[in-house]
Amino acid sequence: MSKRVAITGMGIISSIGNSVEENLSALLKSKHGISRISNIHTRHKDEIMVGEITLSNEELIEQLNLPETNNYSRTAMLGVIAAKQAVVNANITNINDCKTGLISATSVGGMDMTEKYYYEYLEDNTNHKYIGGHHAGDSTHKIAEQLGITNFVTTISTACSSSANAIMLGARMIKSGKLDRVVVGGADCLSKFTINGFKTLMILSETYCKPFDRDRSGLNLGEAAAFLVLESEEIVVKQNKKVLAYIAGYGNANDAFHQTASSGDGEGATLAMQAAFKVSGLQPNQIDYINAHGTATLNNDLSESVAIQRVFGENIPDLSSTKAFTGHTLAAAAAIEAVYSVLALQNNTIFPNLNYNNAIEQTGIVPVTSIKKKNINHVLSNSFGFGGNCSTLIFSKKL
Amino acid sequence: MNSCYINSVACVSAQNTLRNDHFLEEVVFYDENIISAINPVYKEYIPPAAARRMAKGVKIGVVASAMALKEAYITIPDAIITGTGMGCLQDSEKFVSSMITNDEQFLTPTSFIQSTHNTVGAQIALGLQCKAYNFSYVNGAVSFESCLIDAQLMFQEQEVKHILVGGVDEHGAHTNNLHKLIGHIKKEPVSTVQLLNSKTPGTIFGEGASFFLLSDKKEHGSYGKLVDVEIINTIKLENIIDRVLHFLNRNGISVEDIDAVILGNNGDVEFDNYYNKLQDGLFKNTQQLAYKHLFGEYNTVSATGFWVGAKILKSQTVPNVLKINNKRSNSYKNILLYNQYRGENHSFVLLQSC
Repeated sequence: MSKRVAITGMGIISSIGNSVEENLSALLKSKHGISRISNIHTRHKDEIMVGEITLSNEELIEQLNLPETNNYSRTAMLGVIAAKQAVVNANITNINDCKTGLISATSVGGMDMTEKYYYEYLEDNTNHKYIGGHHAGDSTHKIAEQLGITNFVTTISTACSSSANAIMLGARMIKSGKLDRVVVGGADCLSKFTINGFKTLMILSETYCKPFDRDRSGLNLGEAAAFLVLESEEIVVKQNKKVLAYIAGYGNANDAFHQTASSGDGEGATLAMQAAFKVSGLQPNQIDYINAHGTATLNNDLSESVAIQRVFGENIPDLSSTKAFTGHTLAAAAAIEAVYSVLALQNNTIFPNLNYNNAIEQTGIVPVTSIKKKNINHVLSNSFGFGGNCSTLIFSKKL
Repeated sequence: MNSCYINSVACVSAQNTLRNDHFLEEVVFYDENIISAINPVYKEYIPPAAARRMAKGVKIGVVASAMALKEAYITIPDAIITGTGMGCLQDSEKFVSSMITNDEQFLTPTSFIQSTHNTVGAQIALGLQCKAYNFSYVNGAVSFESCLIDAQLMFQEQEVKHILVGGVDEHGAHTNNLHKLIGHIKKEPVSTVQLLNSKTPGTIFGEGASFFLLSDKKEHGSYGKLVDVEIINTIKLENIIDRVLHFLNRNGISVEDIDAVILGNNGDVEFDNYYNKLQDGLFKNTQQLAYKHLFGEYNTVSATGFWVGAKILKSQTVPNVLKINNKRSNSYKNILLYNQYRGENHSFVLLQSC
């Protein structure tokens, strides 16, 4: 199983830009996308900061040229935008010229419409079209329809590691020869459901989130979608494809500690990173940059730091969390950070960990806080979710 | 490719399926359009304090997974792969409704925490202290079949020996009401006996959990072999026969080799035509079976169809209540399962005796 899995296309929409180019430009300028919330009416609007995509649903509908009768959730619209960009970027002219699949990830799904019309549905049938769009597979189905993918289509939902697992499954499907090409990624929109959920857990920061800082006070929620096109070596050669990067390794493990909290010894995260190294055949000292999960909650950043120390020992590579740019975009987070990892490889640039001042006392890990240029060959990206779900991906310039 | 054996089965459903020495001898007949899973004795599997916090889907998922592990004599599997179409509906509904009713105030985190789609897989892992690979698939009617494909991949990668796979969905009262409003649940009450010939739109909704221990080695108690799985997002009605033939071909099997076909008919006049086309055509000389009249429709009920297939292979018998034509096989070697929901998320699964 030494077949290489090539990344040949990327698409993204996040609070720092509506395309790969816009996201790169914001990252290079250290320009974050965190603000007060405007598209959702919530009583918490003055207490939280979010990574919100400024386009309204109406603007998204117009951009996608959807009919008035459409029943797209915001998750689905963001997903379609990013997935279409990825397919264009991969120069695909006929999506079905080989065995093509779609694996998407979401945690919010159609909850934005469900919470809006929850009781209204019972009184008035105006918005009944959205009822069938609630379930998590719906946005995936719509992306498949828009891309013309009709065969292998599935959805993964493992909370905040979801799209790492979608990328992982895609890579495995290519390696095994079950698919020649697969569009992988994830989408999640902001919703009152997640805002209030994280609020009750008391892990939302009232100000700009500070990943890996001693005085971090919680996360900023965000919304985003990002997709990658993965192709087999055969397709790359046959169609003379430009390869943006390779997926070198992946690993998933369960912390088996608590439904929401990460263990103090970072066991699940450690196992996930070790599994990714095993698949890749790389050694920890070959990693040039870690794009950390780094949500800026007290619990995650400490647990992840401990895990990184367990895996890398004294020689911890340059590390940053890009969550202070985008907020934590839940099921989409690993996919947008996969795009950032590939951009780091392409531009030999480490994107800064914004808002950092002091190291966490127990671990003393100091992230990269301003743009750093250096040769980057291998990037490790972590994503962890509720239910103890821990995932690691390794991206490489060459294999 | 490495083989994939079904070494244990466990099913919590609206029927008496909790004991594996029985196979639908005593059928529970219903006259309602929403039928509930029969509660197992939870305290045999889950500490009461923990069970009190769990919604039904989590509880029946944990119980079914424990039953499957026990029958296979496996303490901790090498991977846990769970499918759920609608996820943890009861906790989601609880959180949304109190959020709306209380205008985003006075909320507690418990139902939010447990509303996450991977709660069942996570709770199984937590209970077993299983730190292995843990995925949850949430793609409508192919959620469970996605688990099977992932498990097959794992055996192919030769990384693991024992994989726990399962499908689970629970009722959500509000969600069911909404599905009544849009006609996905039949307007008129329909009985178990009438459902498949009801000739009206919509179906009846059920809930349940079915788990299996898949292994790379055959054991004394093995039920059969999982040979192949294919999921297809959309198929035009006129292409359904071609797609079935393509699936059989890639496994070197002809229609005549199929001893029974287990179909996902749910009595919805608008979408059973996919099944009818195969019943009247390709499989008109094949023994045809259906099961959703007993279990109701839900996104992972196809895992119960898988349970039916595995039970037939091991027992070499078919309960009368499943038979929907008069063709009979003398023995059961190859069983094909075909399922779809509302014309989307089609799946083919090929099982073989071992």
